[in-house]
Amino acid sequence: MINRRNLLQSGVGAGLALGVSGILPAWARSASEGNLGIPALSGKDFDLSISSFPVRINGKAGMATGINGSVPGPLVRFREGDDISVNVTNMLTEDTSIHWHGLLVPFQMDGVPGIAFPGIKPGETFNYKWNLAQNGTYWYHSHSGLQEQLGHYGPLIIDPKDADPVACDREYVLVLSDWSFESPHRIFSKLKKAGPTYNFQQRTVGDFFEDVSEKGFGQTLQDRAMWNQMRMSQTDWADVTAATYTYLINGRSTQDNWDALFVPGERVRLRIINGSAMSIFNFRIPGLAMTVVASDGLNVKPVETDEFQIGVAETYDVIVEPTEARAFAMVAESIDRSGQVVATLAPQQGMRAAPPEMREPVLLTMKDMGMGGMDHGAMPDMQNMDPAPMPGMEGMDHSMMPGMDHSAMPGMEGMDHSAMPGMEHGGMSGMEPMGSMDNLASGVERGPGVVGIAMNPVNRLDEPGQGLGNVDHRVLRYSQLRSLDRNPDLRAPEREIELHLTSNMERYMWSFDGVRFAHIKEPIKFYKGERLRLTMINDTMMPHPIHLHGMFFDVVNGGNDHKPRKHTIVVKPGEKLSVDISAEHVGDWAFHCHLLYHMHAGMMQVVSVLDEPNPYASSMPDMMNMEGMPMEGMDHSKMDHSGMSGMDMPNVNTGENK
Amino acid sequence: MRIKIVSTIAAGLALSSFTFGMPAFAQQEGNQQGTQTSEEPLWSQADAYYDAVEMAKAREEVLYEGGAQPTYYVLFNQLEAQSADGRDDLYWNGQAWYGGDINKIWLKTEGRSSLNNGDVEDAELQALYSRAIAPYWNVQAGLRHDFKPDGLDYAVIGMQGLAPYFFEIDVSAFLSTEGDVSARAEIEYDLLLTQRLILQPRIEANLSLQDVPERMLGAGLNNIDAGLRLRYEIKREFAPYIGVEWQGNFGDTKDFIQATGGETDKTVFVAGVRTWF
Repeated sequence: MINRRNLLQSGVGAGLALGVSGILPAWARSASEGNLGIPALSGKDFDLSISSFPVRINGKAGMATGINGSVPGPLVRFREGDDISVNVTNMLTEDTSIHWHGLLVPFQMDGVPGIAFPGIKPGETFNYKWNLAQNGTYWYHSHSGLQEQLGHYGPLIIDPKDADPVACDREYVLVLSDWSFESPHRIFSKLKKAGPTYNFQQRTVGDFFEDVSEKGFGQTLQDRAMWNQMRMSQTDWADVTAATYTYLINGRSTQDNWDALFVPGERVRLRIINGSAMSIFNFRIPGLAMTVVASDGLNVKPVETDEFQIGVAETYDVIVEPTEARAFAMVAESIDRSGQVVATLAPQQGMRAAPPEMREPVLLTMKDMGMGGMDHGAMPDMQNMDPAPMPGMEGMDHSMMPGMDHSAMPGMEGMDHSAMPGMEHGGMSGMEPMGSMDNLASGVERGPGVVGIAMNPVNRLDEPGQGLGNVDHRVLRYSQLRSLDRNPDLRAPEREIELHLTSNMERYMWSFDGVRFAHIKEPIKFYKGERLRLTMINDTMMPHPIHLHGMFFDVVNGGNDHKPRKHTIVVKPGEKLSVDISAEHVGDWAFHCHLLYHMHAGMMQVVSVLDEPNPYASSMPDMMNMEGMPMEGMDHSKMDHSGMSGMDMPNVNTGENK
Repeated sequence: MRIKIVSTIAAGLALSSFTFGMPAFAQQEGNQQGTQTSEEPLWSQADAYYDAVEMAKAREEVLYEGGAQPTYYVLFNQLEAQSADGRDDLYWNGQAWYGGDINKIWLKTEGRSSLNNGDVEDAELQALYSRAIAPYWNVQAGLRHDFKPDGLDYAVIGMQGLAPYFFEIDVSAFLSTEGDVSARAEIEYDLLLTQRLILQPRIEANLSLQDVPERMLGAGLNNIDAGLRLRYEIKREFAPYIGVEWQGNFGDTKDFIQATGGETDKTVFVAGVRTWF
């Protein structure tokens, strides 16, 4: 199946350009430097060395910490099933590590200091060894301190043992990343001191008057008052922005223009990896449709789209078939639209695609505040309300509650309202510290680190990437993804773990269930052989790319036995989503938000897969069968069972499925 | 009295730690660190493959890096020249903190010196222990020392935080060693005219529970400073500004000032820089 007839490797077949300071490895070179498609080489033994070295980015000199003297590091490419050995030598004056992101290695080879191994000391060489029954596009990066931000990341490809079902004539790797000339510790400390430091898209007095002329004074005041009352910003898309970041594709800024060649009519495979520290990107190639063929290394049924959002640490493989002999812009725009990076896909060397104009930033919505389904459309009475009680939204309870989608939830018809004690009081300020709402999220430790719990989280898998709802072309939704292969484990989950993503932006505190990693009382325990459901509720105003080491998430998106399997999933603000997990590999595994500074602030845990008898086995009879049931025809977004199950009403889950 | 500053601060910290029943500051919030070795580790499966002592060290490190690292902050909210009727003052109002997310050491200073003759008229320093008690609120307690005008010491209890609608609030009550009780409230707001041009209305009010004639303070509201400062954030951390402030006295305080022939209210023009690091 593999068709690489045009895979030209003139002069770059030497493979990994090891240890050449400041010179990009073959795969990351531009067309003008001889890269006509990445080398299809396999290796079994790799030598990587971690050091500090000067780099030139966007015409400016800086110091990087990286692998084999380049940012990004070399392409580690090998064949599925081979015995692999990687020697990693630490030339730094501090500890380092390499984590193989998405690889199902034995846990003691996973590379997380303090969890999987002690780390690599200065001067030491650590030997990673594994043999893997998986293939696809992955990456690797440091799991020590904040080294990732300094350039310590690189791409990794595992070629399938058998024929690759994805045929292409030529392939490239695109590593998206964010570079700052500020030290990462300085960035983190600034976020602690003054959260919106890097946000230069805040709402101003000018915007206020613009809104007034658009929406009228009353409505504008009402909207503003609501957000301000809750001390929430409608422009809080990214903590770190283009104010300090230069966005890169393969180590090149737009100005440095990374270019790739194609011959019109060819099928070109782009392996896109988001190796950023903090930047979620919107990726598109204006004028060229993309067919998504893999996500997070695993093949999916081909989906054609025009744009997709890629969370930090996610990967997407796409096929493009340019027929026109012109330069195309490959655009990665940061989620907050403060900046973008453009690379060129061209029929000739040395061409430069015209960067598209930056798109206008958009505003966060009520849904992002965890008040999904409470939008104006769903609640006609809101329009008629006296604006006076609006600001606090206190006092809205009664008028709003009837509008809360009951009609859209057939399964809930018979529900006694007294069964929802938490919904009657506490006010409607979705993110307020409400003592009376605690029963809706019993697992969350409330305190200074948790601003609030999402009132009415909803499943947003069927939405495009956050902020891409209004673009005039197709945007990939998680609900569109279907695994190409049948899922390996079709058991229904035996139990459910509910986890809240929590924060206080003002103090820059990030946590799971209100507990920063430094303060956990115990890890999350899985038991070998069990199948469980992890349900995540994002109580914060930001999307979080959540990554679990050593296991894949079977995303519960209506895909039945072809659920997409991912190592990292973006949980949108105000979203409640579920993934099913098979706990197979015994060990201690890191589990965290892949936004580097969120992890550093405490949004991390350890999942211990224990080789012990499972105390949960058969203790929960028919609790979880949602995804196994024939729900395909049902409109999840309208049913909103996800939002309701968060309200501790187990009978609702089973009720609506029968 | 002047020499006692250091011990005053130390005593203040000890006092406030004691008051809140908190461990020493040095421990910050890494509560795992001290106890980790003596207790069962939270996880330890890698100990089967690597040296257990090395793993224990790395485990402490990774926990510490997951939300226990201390941070510092220094802010000069106002560092400005105030000028009215041929009289120029240097006025400062700043604060600094060090600590974790929940527990911090918090210093505040405020004062005024004449630019005409160099005399320092008011200068105070507060050394506080600050504890986050709610998402947007800190309770603070400690000591205040007035270097000028009279070297008085106070116990301080206060609350600082962010109120709904993004109002920055700082209220404190003071009990002096003379037994006098007073209070202060500061409220400010940042109005973004553009992303970098910011108008900051700010009000500071002082109150006293009793007459303190030697300090020319009357029971009730003593004075209000109401200012409007327009700053330009060249960098977020560095913003020069200009502004205007009305400074007025009230009640008996006003009468005391009137009796000595002083100015009871005035409007000053200010120019300065707001900076943090």
